[in-house]
This record gives sequence, C-alpha cells and structure tokens, in this order.
Amino acid sequence: MRAVHYLNQFFAGLGGEEAAATPPTRLDGAVGPGRGLAAALEDIEIVATLACGDDYFGEHEDKALEVLLGLLEAERPDVLIAGPAFGSGRYGYACARFSRLAVERLDIPALAAMHEENPGVGATDGKALVVGTAVNVAGMRDALPRMAQLAQALASGRELGPPDEEGYLPRGFRRNRLAEKPGAERAVDLLLSKLGGETRSEVASGFDRVEPPAPVADLSEALVALVTEAGCVPQGNPDRLPTIRAQGWLRYSLAGEATLRSGEYESVHGGFDVTLANEDPNRLVPLDTVRALETEGRLGRIHDAFYTTTGNGTPVAASIRFGREIAAELTESGVHAVLLSGT
Amino acid sequence: MLAKEIERAGIPTVFVTSLPTIATMIGANRIVRGPAITHPFGLDEAERRRIVERALEMLESEVEPATVWEMET
Repeated sequence: MRAVHYLNQFFAGLGGEEAAATPPTRLDGAVGPGRGLAAALEDIEIVATLACGDDYFGEHEDKALEVLLGLLEAERPDVLIAGPAFGSGRYGYACARFSRLAVERLDIPALAAMHEENPGVGATDGKALVVGTAVNVAGMRDALPRMAQLAQALASGRELGPPDEEGYLPRGFRRNRLAEKPGAERAVDLLLSKLGGETRSEVASGFDRVEPPAPVADLSEALVALVTEAGCVPQGNPDRLPTIRAQGWLRYSLAGEATLRSGEYESVHGGFDVTLANEDPNRLVPLDTVRALETEGRLGRIHDAFYTTTGNGTPVAASIRFGREIAAELTESGVHAVLLSGT
Repeated sequence: MLAKEIERAGIPTVFVTSLPTIATMIGANRIVRGPAITHPFGLDEAERRRIVERALEMLESEVEPATVWEMET
C-alpha cells in the first residue's frame, strides 16, 4: 500500500524560518521524520513527501491546498500522514487542513499528528484523525510508531474502534456499538473500579470547555443583554421562527419597551407547553424585572434588543453557529453581561 | 451552546434553566436552576425578581466551570 507524508519546510530539510515562504513541493520517498515512520510501517511504502513552508501555507492557504491536493491525488495513496507538528500552531493547522480536505475532497483516509492543544486539532473538524503527541520534538520517537499503527488501520480500511483504543484524539461524536456485557454489569464494573480508586467513564466529558470569563465588576455600570432559547417572538411570529430545528436566530428591539405584554409576544417553542409563557412572556424573557432594576440603578443599561431562537432539536453545529453570531453582535454592541434563558 | 459560545467571546453569561444537568454537559459555566421548563423566570414578579437577583449575583461571582446555583429557599 502507498502512503504520502506531509511535512513543513523545517522537517523536510528545506530550511528554517528563512524557508517558511517555500511553496508546496514534492520530494521522492520518505524524508526526515518520514524515515522513522517508514521503518514503523508494515506493508506501506511512503512513496512521496509533500512539503510546504508554514508561512506560505498560512498566507496562501487556498492556493497551497489546491497544489497539495493535486500532488496528493497524483500519487494515488491509500493514506495521507501529516506531521507530527507537536505544538507548532502554523504547522499543525496546515497538517489539519490538508488532511481534512484529503478526506473530504479526495476520499483519501488521513491522519495528522500534533499536541492535543494545538489549534490545528479543531481545524480537522473531525474529518481526519489526530494522533496526540508531546508538545515538542522530544516526543518524536513516541509519536511515530503510534502514527504508523493508525495509518495501518486507515489504509486497510478496517472499522476503527474508539479513540482510546486506537490512539487518536476524540472527534466529538459518539458511535453506537455492541458491548459485550449489558449496561447493568458495566455500571457495576465502573462502580467497583471507582471504589478501587480509579474513576472511569464510558461517556467522555465534552473536551471543548470554555473557561468562565471573569465576573462583571460593576453591574450598575454594565450593559446587559437578554437572550433566550425559549422561542419568544412578537405575536404572530412575523419572521416565522420554526418551532423546532431552528435554522437561525432573530433579534427584536426592546427600545422603549417596559415589559413583554401578553398578546404582543408569545413563544413558538415546540418543546414545551407555552400556555404559561404566553400568559406572561416575562416568564421567559424577564424584561419587566430588568427594567425595574435598571431604573433602580442595580443594572447600568439593558441592551436595546433581545436575541431569540428555539433551542429544541437544533443540531450542535447550528447551535454553535448561532452562539458565535450572537456573541459577535453582542461584542460589537459593547455588551458586558448576558442573561440567557432556556427551558 | 449559546452560553458557551457567548462566554467564549469573553462575555459572562448566566443561563437560567430548569435543566441544569444538560446545561453543564454542553459547556455552560454559570447556571441558575429555574423553577420549571414552562417558566424559567417564575410565575409572578416577586419570584422573578428573586431569580434575576440570583442570576445577577452569579454574574458578579468568580465561578468554577459548570457551576449550578440553586434558588435559596
């Protein structure tokens, strides 16, 4: 079977930072770390090494990818192996983008290797596998055999097991599989192991955590925004917010509004009984209370629009997009704090 | 998800919800448990004020990731 290896200018031996502007280039066979990788691969030959300068990739990403994908396709490989990039952000990003597009556009299985906190990890978008490595090149000897093992699995086309068994970083989704023991027995096993001092879980906690931002220093000076996932909209739902699986979010002005009156606002959320909410929409978006607190000086000012969507049945990716878009608007408006309601 | 992404932008966000377990799983950090799915901010103004005050207090507080505050009884 055939593999192609991707390296940056440094590991390909083209030069250091002075060569970082090198455009994509093809080298015969295995080069640099590729030799160690080749030694660890069974039945797989590294037929070519593709290399690109880190700066070139960063500054001409589309062009670099186009050339790299062309060179890759010409080799007809069974697998693409990128890196290891360790903690290097530019290199890791290039490895991630290239390997992701190899999978997406050319249907070539691909893996990239880098430190788990390398920003490139997210850039694979779960399409290419990522082998975790140490943060610097001292981890080369440890990384290469693990990359080889996973490359072997990918090239053979066999179905992969979970991340901890196969040695790649979790991609953020779960797959059903048949367990050998029923749930009750596995639960008891986990409990016994916990009593024995080792806490394990079958459900990995989300790895994408955001640290809580620092608290608001002085709310009486703050601009506070109201956001809801409870589907609160003006009566009649003029912009047709879906009751489930919303495709977007909406913004409505609160300028001059002291309260959300029944008959003027309603909830179109399809996931709960909206009777109580429609009797008094402040039960979802507490405008009456925050206006009172604004008058009393407890809060500086209420942002003059509220943001709304229906949070039920929304795919994770869409929900993340809504959050980012709303966050961008709030940032631009200088909002200091958010009161979010969900059901 | 909205809470997490807004906090990612650096804006402290308090999520008032009656399903705090789900909120912690999806990455919200400041969570106040509301009384019910159908009315997270309570039924009357007095109750609503207590919940909003609790939420504001949380915005003013340093918290660990995925912190849930109950309403004081």
